[in-house]
Amino acid sequence: MEGSRRPYVEYRKVSKSYDGKTTVVDGVDLDIRKGEFLTLLGPSGSGKTTCLMMLAGFETTTSGEILVDGRSIHNLPPRKRGIGMVFQNYALFPHMTVGANLAFPLEVRGMDRARCRERVERALQLVRLEGFEQRRPGQLSGGQQQRVAIARALVFDPELVLMDEPLGALDRRLREEMQYEIRRIHKTLGVTVVYVTHDQQEAMVMSDRIAVLRDGRVEQVADPETLYEEPQRSFVARFIGENNRLHGKVMGIEGDICEVFVGGEIIEAIRIAPCQVGDATTLSIRPERVAVSPKSGRYTNELVGVVEDITFLGDFLRLRVTVCRTSNFIIKIPNTVGHGALLAGDKILIGWTPTDCRVLDPDPEEETP
Amino acid sequence: MNVVPEQKTGRTRPGPGLRAALLVLPLLVFIGVTFLAPLANMLVRSVHDPVVADALPGTLEKLRDWDGRNLPDEAIYEALAGELLKSREDRTLGQVATRINRVQSGLRSALTRTARRLGNVEDGPWREAMTGIHAAWGETGTWLALREAGDRYTTRHYLNALDLQRDPGGSIVRQPEDRRIYLILFWRTLLVSLGVTTLCLLIGYPVARLIAHAPPRRAYLLLILVLVPFWTSLLVRTTSWIVLLQNQGVLNDMFVFLGVIGDDGRLAMIYNMTGTFVAMTHVLLPFMVLPLYSVMSAIPRVQTSAAESLGATAWQSFWRVYWPQTLPGVGAGCLLVFILAIGYYITPALVGGSTGQLISNMIAFHMQSSLNWSLAAALGGILLVCVAGLYVLYDRVVGIERMRLG
Repeated sequence: MEGSRRPYVEYRKVSKSYDGKTTVVDGVDLDIRKGEFLTLLGPSGSGKTTCLMMLAGFETTTSGEILVDGRSIHNLPPRKRGIGMVFQNYALFPHMTVGANLAFPLEVRGMDRARCRERVERALQLVRLEGFEQRRPGQLSGGQQQRVAIARALVFDPELVLMDEPLGALDRRLREEMQYEIRRIHKTLGVTVVYVTHDQQEAMVMSDRIAVLRDGRVEQVADPETLYEEPQRSFVARFIGENNRLHGKVMGIEGDICEVFVGGEIIEAIRIAPCQVGDATTLSIRPERVAVSPKSGRYTNELVGVVEDITFLGDFLRLRVTVCRTSNFIIKIPNTVGHGALLAGDKILIGWTPTDCRVLDPDPEEETP
Repeated sequence: MNVVPEQKTGRTRPGPGLRAALLVLPLLVFIGVTFLAPLANMLVRSVHDPVVADALPGTLEKLRDWDGRNLPDEAIYEALAGELLKSREDRTLGQVATRINRVQSGLRSALTRTARRLGNVEDGPWREAMTGIHAAWGETGTWLALREAGDRYTTRHYLNALDLQRDPGGSIVRQPEDRRIYLILFWRTLLVSLGVTTLCLLIGYPVARLIAHAPPRRAYLLLILVLVPFWTSLLVRTTSWIVLLQNQGVLNDMFVFLGVIGDDGRLAMIYNMTGTFVAMTHVLLPFMVLPLYSVMSAIPRVQTSAAESLGATAWQSFWRVYWPQTLPGVGAGCLLVFILAIGYYITPALVGGSTGQLISNMIAFHMQSSLNWSLAAALGGILLVCVAGLYVLYDRVVGIERMRLG
């Protein structure tokens, strides 16, 4: 591999087990490019924070190795990794002023006073907290503390910054504001950011690429659009955005198109998971890709369903329909029909193209992340 | 108009503030009776002693005009003789003699013998008669002592407690060298307390840190291990140190067995300063560990991780991030241990021998054996001032509101 193309951070078959029996992280392979904003996304217990902590040096790998810039960091203590870290609850030092908090990483590096002050000022400018040097963390709001924490992780010019659910403690409005702020800072500095969250919305808004984790494994790594449009795994389809899942059985395969028997109907869908005739499968289709009352014969897949209820969302209508013997098939249609055009109990024709319906691995789990 | 039920019954209930005050009242009374009143009584006792003044009012009245250089005149001898006889009849002579004897030793027998023999003397001249009974009546010093003992309000006990006294001219001078005992004891108490506090901090800090950062189950176990000695009787704990440290004790036997020391070179580890040190440190350790633990368990572990991720060495992370945040606990623990140590009494009494005695043991001696309560009160008063001074100092330096006791 060429030096310039080589990923900045490489996870090589990294596993982590605390007790030798259950693995928290299970053979993770992951490349992180220089300068990108990569998010580790997954429900709690998926091993995303452990992955981050192994990179930061607060957890050891049980097997496998992590390379940064082509070098294994296995034996480097955290302080020598030169990685900026933003913790979940900020971890600001309450007995120091904001200025002292920011100066801390510089002072332990033996930087002289004048340069220290200049760097601290610049970092505060970056997070728009000029003039806060003399405050103590306890006197700041949650959002301000978060900015200080980010500034502190950046003040010593690390090339890699890790963030462990940094916005989890903030309310929604502030969270959105900070998402924008972090994006802006990332773009300004061009540092590599590895971000951990369980909030798929947040991941979609912020990331260049997202790695979806589940039970210690990477399910899929892709940019947000691809992840949404082309999920490779049922879990990803379920975890990212709203999604209809139909459980069925593969009846026939022709090229990329499979015929799947679902609840008494045959549905044509595009094959994503390697499957054979007779395999169980879960079909995934986005609610907004289902057309209601199309001209008959326009779609390969056309079914008749019964409207169970209608939720009025203003610009959208959200229909819950019974089709293929499942009663929670969701359809989202733009509000062009007007209020009252559809009623609960109506029989409607619905349809979709086979390429919008994806044959994925069977996913019997019903819990929502 | 609405009728409030309370008004109907014709009674008004006390307001919540008054009710709360009534609930606290028994406690306040208890504290007042068992703590504040004795304290005030003790402090008054250290400066106020009316026994002599009440027994010999006439004599003291006349002595007030005496120049103090020549022997007093006959009238004073006569007054004293009369009052001594009366005091003997009232059976207060013993107390009077004891107090005068404290000002100048040897005068007790002079007073009691004089009073006894004066019964046989019918008539003056009293000076000859008394001087004949005891030579002390021919010395001005005796009369000076008498006059001093007759003061109702006196700083004598405080001076005494600080190894000072008034010379015949009335200015304050140090006691003769062989009578200076208290200052040394105060110093020793102060040093021992400081030493014990330091030891407790050195031992207690790592222990508290271990407990505060252990997983909950183990933390509880460790905490109980700290608390079990705390719950055991002080006497049991102290005597078990005797078992361990005495000349034929476990530790010495082990050393001899291992050949570290010879049988004739057994270490004297108890009934001296070492014993006091060891036993006091052990007894007071929980008072250091508990406040420290409480403060430390409130410090998130992630702080240390954060410091490390920012490039700090383990030492920098401890010294600049962890230690400053534990200071309220350190302050509280040190203050607590120091204040307890400075007034410690039982442990030194049991294991201190003659060289390991502290000022409290002297106070106990004056309370129980010499019955010089005034001096005991003065010593206690000085101790109280020391502790109060420390408290104020701590408040100025650290701020008492930052103290966390647990």
